[in-house]
Amino acid sequence: MSKESLGGSAAGATRLSVFKTYKLYVGGKFPRSESGRVYEVTDPKGKWLANAPQSSRKDARDAVVAARKAFGGWSGATAYNRGQVLYRVAEMLEGRREQFVREVADAEGLSKSKAAAVVDATVDRWVWYAGWTDKIAQVVGGANPVAGPFFNLSTPEPTGVVTVVAPQESSFLGLVSVVAPVIAAGNTAVVIASEKAPLPALSLGEVLATSDVPGGVVNVLSGNTREIALPLAAHQDVNGIDLAGADAELAKELEIAAADNLKRVLRPQAVDTDADFTVSPGTHRLTAFLETKTVWHPTGSLGASGAAY
Amino acid sequence: MENLASTFEYAPAPESRSVVDIAPSYGLFIDGEFAEAADGKVFKSVSPATEEVLAEVAQAGQADVDRAVKAARKAFEKWSALPGAERAKYLFRIARIIQERSRELAVLETLDNGKPIKETRDADLPLVAAHFFYYAGWADKLGHAGFGPNPQPLGVAGQVIPWNFPLLMLAWKIAPALATGNTVVLKPAETTPLSALFFADICRQAGLPKGVVNILPGYGDTGAALTAHPDVNKVAFTGSTAVGKEIARTLAGTDKKLTLELGGKGANIVFDDAPIDQAVEGIVTGIFFNQGQVCCAGSRLLVQESIQEELLDSLKRRLSTLRLGDPLDKNTDIGAINSAEQLARITALAETGEAEGAERWSAPCELPTSGYWFAPTLFTNVTQAHTVARDEIFGPVLSVLTFRTPEEAVAKANNTQYGLSAGIWTEKGSRILAVANKLRAGVVWANTFNKFDPTSPFGGYKESGFGREGGRHGLEAYLDV
Amino acid sequence: MPTTTPPPGKAALTGTPLADVTASAATLRRFLHGLPGVDAVGLEARAASLGTRSIKTTAKAYAIDLAISMIDLTTLEGADTAGKVRALGAKAVHPDPTDRTTPRTAAVCVYPDMVATAKEAVAGSDVKVASVATAFPAGRAALGVKLADVRDAVAAGADEIDMVIDRGAFLAGDYMKVYEEIVAVKEASAQARLKVIFETGELSTYDNIRRASWIGMLAGADFIKTSTGKVGVNATPANTLLMLEAVRDFRAQTGVQVGVKPAGGIRTTKDAVKFLVLVNETAGADWLDNHWFRFGASSLLNDLLMQRQKLATGRYSGPDYVTVD
Repeated sequence: MSKESLGGSAAGATRLSVFKTYKLYVGGKFPRSESGRVYEVTDPKGKWLANAPQSSRKDARDAVVAARKAFGGWSGATAYNRGQVLYRVAEMLEGRREQFVREVADAEGLSKSKAAAVVDATVDRWVWYAGWTDKIAQVVGGANPVAGPFFNLSTPEPTGVVTVVAPQESSFLGLVSVVAPVIAAGNTAVVIASEKAPLPALSLGEVLATSDVPGGVVNVLSGNTREIALPLAAHQDVNGIDLAGADAELAKELEIAAADNLKRVLRPQAVDTDADFTVSPGTHRLTAFLETKTVWHPTGSLGASGAAY
Repeated sequence: MENLASTFEYAPAPESRSVVDIAPSYGLFIDGEFAEAADGKVFKSVSPATEEVLAEVAQAGQADVDRAVKAARKAFEKWSALPGAERAKYLFRIARIIQERSRELAVLETLDNGKPIKETRDADLPLVAAHFFYYAGWADKLGHAGFGPNPQPLGVAGQVIPWNFPLLMLAWKIAPALATGNTVVLKPAETTPLSALFFADICRQAGLPKGVVNILPGYGDTGAALTAHPDVNKVAFTGSTAVGKEIARTLAGTDKKLTLELGGKGANIVFDDAPIDQAVEGIVTGIFFNQGQVCCAGSRLLVQESIQEELLDSLKRRLSTLRLGDPLDKNTDIGAINSAEQLARITALAETGEAEGAERWSAPCELPTSGYWFAPTLFTNVTQAHTVARDEIFGPVLSVLTFRTPEEAVAKANNTQYGLSAGIWTEKGSRILAVANKLRAGVVWANTFNKFDPTSPFGGYKESGFGREGGRHGLEAYLDV
Repeated sequence: MPTTTPPPGKAALTGTPLADVTASAATLRRFLHGLPGVDAVGLEARAASLGTRSIKTTAKAYAIDLAISMIDLTTLEGADTAGKVRALGAKAVHPDPTDRTTPRTAAVCVYPDMVATAKEAVAGSDVKVASVATAFPAGRAALGVKLADVRDAVAAGADEIDMVIDRGAFLAGDYMKVYEEIVAVKEASAQARLKVIFETGELSTYDNIRRASWIGMLAGADFIKTSTGKVGVNATPANTLLMLEAVRDFRAQTGVQVGVKPAGGIRTTKDAVKFLVLVNETAGADWLDNHWFRFGASSLLNDLLMQRQKLATGRYSGPDYVTVD
């Protein structure tokens, strides 16, 4: 078929591209902000890229509801299953590599080759955490040799619903580096995307939606970080908060709010602000949102010799 | 037979008070020396069983906190640089001296706290020694603890402990801190400062370098000054959830590491196939151990409705055999409430329970005329909506609720802002595992309750705090990981 | 001394919730398997905890005399002779010849062929003669032989019969056989009080001991008894605590009180006092009487006597100040 036959437009005219309407990702769906607000997203040089939803505190509230609803199923899934799902995310991402290279390049002002390296590292990060799901319990849990006739086992369990303030600079690798461990551990997440570069995060929602990640496990909000983070930090049904993308002033404010229900707080760490998400992650982001549960059970003895105790 | 008395009355069997020599007054323990408070303030520590003043104790203020933190900072340099094996030996020495002096310390703790000698002798003191012994062994093995090859201490730890297990809480705080190479400033509770001051003497006997352990008796303001001190690197607090939140706010925006071990409202779930007699014992241990002044107490009994009557009959019969009285008597099961304030709080909450329509029951029980006492009490007809089912009472008061199915039991057990402990009683193994898996609590006791061990991590979910004490996990709070 | 209760047994259970339990092997099995389980660690912890009671001064004096009065002074040896049994009887009647205020033991316990001798030896006192029977200790004989053994002992004047259950039948799950045998022995025992020995060391598990206790009580046992003293594990605080729970629960459900007798391995005053604490705080004061609680023991008596002398004089006694038999 020749170009000319398409639509009958004038020969030689440039095809008008189709813009993407970026939407939030909440509860497995792609809603607009309930506030109806959007804000302009530009590349570092100021070129307009898209209008992103500007989430409100009500969007945050809805996201918590979705995350809480998803928590039982996700935390109750087998670790093997969670690993497979996370690996599937890597597979889907690999398939949409070109899209993300373009979006990351635009978002962070990177060359195409640098952006490609970032996307590759991001895919690999999913693979790294996919492999952790069924190993972390063995590494940080185990049997405790108590001095008595008891079997005593400590097991890590996910903390619950975790708010993730994604890094502001590293809009994609940084984002995945903080979100993947939270859900690998079995938590569900309400993610506040980088305020100035939210598009890769919003697109990630589309990948998650097609990767067997149950709806609500990851919820992505874009908008003013402070506006969304404050109600989430104070939310009584949120169990943890990762402050990676909060500046010192906001981090302190959020940590104070988080004390109201004693959320587990992961403070911004040097590695986060340096945006050096290329170094190999350790396990601290997994364990930051794991609780240790220790279960005791009597062992007793085979017979009634009176010797068990 | 006719010459025999008609009942088996246990004659008084008091432990000898003379094994402990309490001085009339004690100073703060800073940089290896006892010293008066800079402003000369003192307070009295009384025996809650008799209201007798045991000693006058220096009360640390801001200037003393500054001095103690400075001493700890100075000591940190050498202490953290010591080979782990050398630090270990200091801790082993401390463990052994505690064992040697355990009778003295048990009597002291009973006098100052009001808990029965049976408990200080058989639970507190053995666990204190075991805790130091356990962490001693870690001091030269930190590279094997799963926190990287060369984890480092944080610096000066500010530690604030409660009055319910004074010496045991001290051990839970100081043993891992020292093993990992930190130095400490510890504030014991204002009603139970004495065993910590005796511990200072144990440090002296063990030859512990000056400034590694500093003890600052005082009230809440002393604790607040300590936790807020800018040169403290690590804060560990055990106490109420309200204070824990306040500390968390104070530390926001700093790089101080924080662990909190706070309140609880533990559910003790009894299924219809439970080993009933052992369950009754577990319920009693769960709520009446240490007069219920235990953060992980099983203060909510969730009993399957089909066996409620049978279980309550057994429980009431068992409660009638509890012996309340002189804590120094070796046959005493229930001692004194720690303070007049705590007694007032328990009393008020119990009155609220009655006012809200719950049915109150206590075994016939004569209370001593002096001191602070509260009879073991049950509330039946309690629902999740009652205050006595929601608020931590921290006293010998058990709220009894019923459930019909395992789902309902789990839902009720988890329906609290706390998440420290829970109990499960059933002979069905798979049910234990299924229910334990669903409970949002840091410690779950299946067919047992209130068991502790230095190797076993302890700590809460939700508003019961964060971080773990005990075991390999307990090291993390004191390392830069 | 309490008055004699109506002879328990099937008739006594009429009108109670337990009346139909023994209607068939199936109902009995269902009932026994429906009893609450026993957690071994919890049971033993409770027994150990009660063992830490500190019984001093007047309480100790009371406990020592009570314990002496509860002893079934026992000799069950192939080498038993009339002379040995007479000596035992004399000791039961006057445990401490130097102190006539010492209580008598509850009974002497002998093999059936020694019952007549024992009766003579305790004649004129209220010391009972108990006889083991039913092919003690293994119990491996035909029912007819066992019943003949019982009748023989009763005919010779035994006040109490200590039978053994068929542990083989129990472990094979034939609870009805165990039950019916106890019923038959109870009948053969006539007016003699029947103690049913489970040989807890052979039943091995606490769940089994609880089930055996209920079989015994349902079948009309006057006492349930831990052991023969002839196997590796005999009376322990834990198995006795468990049996005390059983008699407590049985009385709560039926109104029928059944006694308990730990036997074998209780050798010291300290041990005996711990058992009395178990009784006091589990079944309750109603059982603190030799009509309802016994110790199957022999060497225990001398230790109690030495402790008794110590309490009286303030100095420690020695084995030369108590009689060897």
